[in-house]
Amino acid sequence: MMGDTTPGTGVLVCIKRVPDSSGEILLTPDAQAVDGRYVGFTVSAHESCAIELATRVAGADAEATVLTLGPSEAVEQLRSALSLGCTAATHVVADPAAYGPADVAREIAAVVRAHEAEGRPHDLVLLGNDAADSGDFQVGIRLAHELGRPVVNGAATVEVADGVATAAVDGPHGRETYRVPLPAVVTVLEGGVAPRYPTLSGRVKAKKVVVEERTPAAEPRGPSRVRLTLPPPAPSQVQLLGEGPEAAPALVDLLQSMGVAR
Amino acid sequence: MIVVLVETDAGGVLEVSRETITFCRALAREGGGVPVDALLVGEPAGAGFDDVVAELGKYGVRAVHHAQGEAFTAYSGAAWAAAVQAAREAAGSVVVAAAGTPRGNEVLAHLAARLDVAMAANVTAFGGLAPFVVTRQVVGGAALEEMRLDDRPAVFTVAGHAVDPEPAPEGTTPQVRPLEVAVDPADLVARVVSVEPPEEDRSADLASARVVVGGGRGVGGPDGFAPLVELAELLGGQLGVSRVVTSLGWRPHHEQVGQTGSRIAPEIYLPCGISGAIQHWAGCASSKVIVAINTDPDAPMVTKADYAVIGDLHEVVPAVVAELQRRA
Repeated sequence: MMGDTTPGTGVLVCIKRVPDSSGEILLTPDAQAVDGRYVGFTVSAHESCAIELATRVAGADAEATVLTLGPSEAVEQLRSALSLGCTAATHVVADPAAYGPADVAREIAAVVRAHEAEGRPHDLVLLGNDAADSGDFQVGIRLAHELGRPVVNGAATVEVADGVATAAVDGPHGRETYRVPLPAVVTVLEGGVAPRYPTLSGRVKAKKVVVEERTPAAEPRGPSRVRLTLPPPAPSQVQLLGEGPEAAPALVDLLQSMGVAR
Repeated sequence: MIVVLVETDAGGVLEVSRETITFCRALAREGGGVPVDALLVGEPAGAGFDDVVAELGKYGVRAVHHAQGEAFTAYSGAAWAAAVQAAREAAGSVVVAAAGTPRGNEVLAHLAARLDVAMAANVTAFGGLAPFVVTRQVVGGAALEEMRLDDRPAVFTVAGHAVDPEPAPEGTTPQVRPLEVAVDPADLVARVVSVEPPEEDRSADLASARVVVGGGRGVGGPDGFAPLVELAELLGGQLGVSRVVTSLGWRPHHEQVGQTGSRIAPEIYLPCGISGAIQHWAGCASSKVIVAINTDPDAPMVTKADYAVIGDLHEVVPAVVAELQRRA
């Protein structure tokens, strides 16, 4: 583990404000994005885990900075991350629907370089494995290429000791271990850690943090999106077996007819 | 020319890789009959190399590019991308595809970043060729995106079950072409240093179970699962749960069914008290028969099911257990 004289690891965790997709999905009138106005907004489960890992790696003596590229309302998601233990926040104010994954990676890289020039290095950058809405599966890898850093993809956990990040990935043949020297990029898949809940003191602290606002570093090339569509709902073919415990014989009849019950 | 990165396991070529080749054959026909090549990186895991090549021949592959050497003995996404890049150059391909697996998406994202071209993840269909437009899954499959792939090579991964894997009408005897790959040491920095096989692969039990009894928020708490476990045991099946159940800490993560948990395909799935959010549906849609037990007749899980019992799972499940025991 880190000794007392070792400075902590500065961590940047990247999040995206996305519509809550657990209920009905609606599209914006221009069919360029999912409409979250009626369902509320959140961040992906992967990113919730990345926030948790960021606060653990940064510990008490280093900064865990949360970054988003999003509309002005995305400050809600930044405040939420601050209430969960992040200590600084940066907001690139822009419409994410106009940004492709390569554009987003370039904007994150620009923030990393700017902060480094200001003496705030982010030795570890964490992202979700994929955004809950656009599902591109590539921003973290493109960021690593931009910055010339190694990247571990789909990590369940990540720990840092002596300038080396150790990440565990559930791969096709078992739990894989990666060890990469810092600075590095790691994308996080949910399931390895339990995100914490905000505390009252966390919320109070979060309100006091001044969120750094930035304008985008470059014109986006765009996502090459023609339009979004919704798959037609399959017609319901459900056959009711009955109501309440009285339906048990009918259900067991079905199980027996299928050969799964003796 | 199309190159497909192929993944293997002990059973040979992964089904999703065979689906991807099938998808690319259709694309190749549309493009005037260009050949489809496969790329194998390293030695096939658990399967014989010749068997894998023969299987690829059944799927109509013209040539199998084979990247070998020390750089590929342990997995590195960047090194695999270097192999894909070499295969693309050797074949002169304008399309590079892989299955939409964690590795397929990872390797092609590396490739797209190296070449500074776009990549489309989890494609389900293609539209026109000029311009080249693909349809892909977004929002965990709840919505679709039509996306232009103007860059060459066009780089994409194919979503699982987008097409059925179909052998080619006329098989081939693929030519095996050893591939020279110049792997930069920087590509080997992020590399698997050890693999710990799971002591008992419990999620594999769930993924291959013939019967799965599901439990969701409606179970009410960690103490409510006993009747579901009992029912699963009586049917020789496994318990699977929704994401909210693992998020609340009621059950362990390896029991989770859904987009970020196990994908199940049992003969029968009995979701109890699961509303059927799209993320859960993504993991259970391949079930042969779904029997939902839910108090809400309008819950998506009920309307998408084949059969349903409307009622409180705390009453229905014990009654089913009792009926099974009575008849045993």
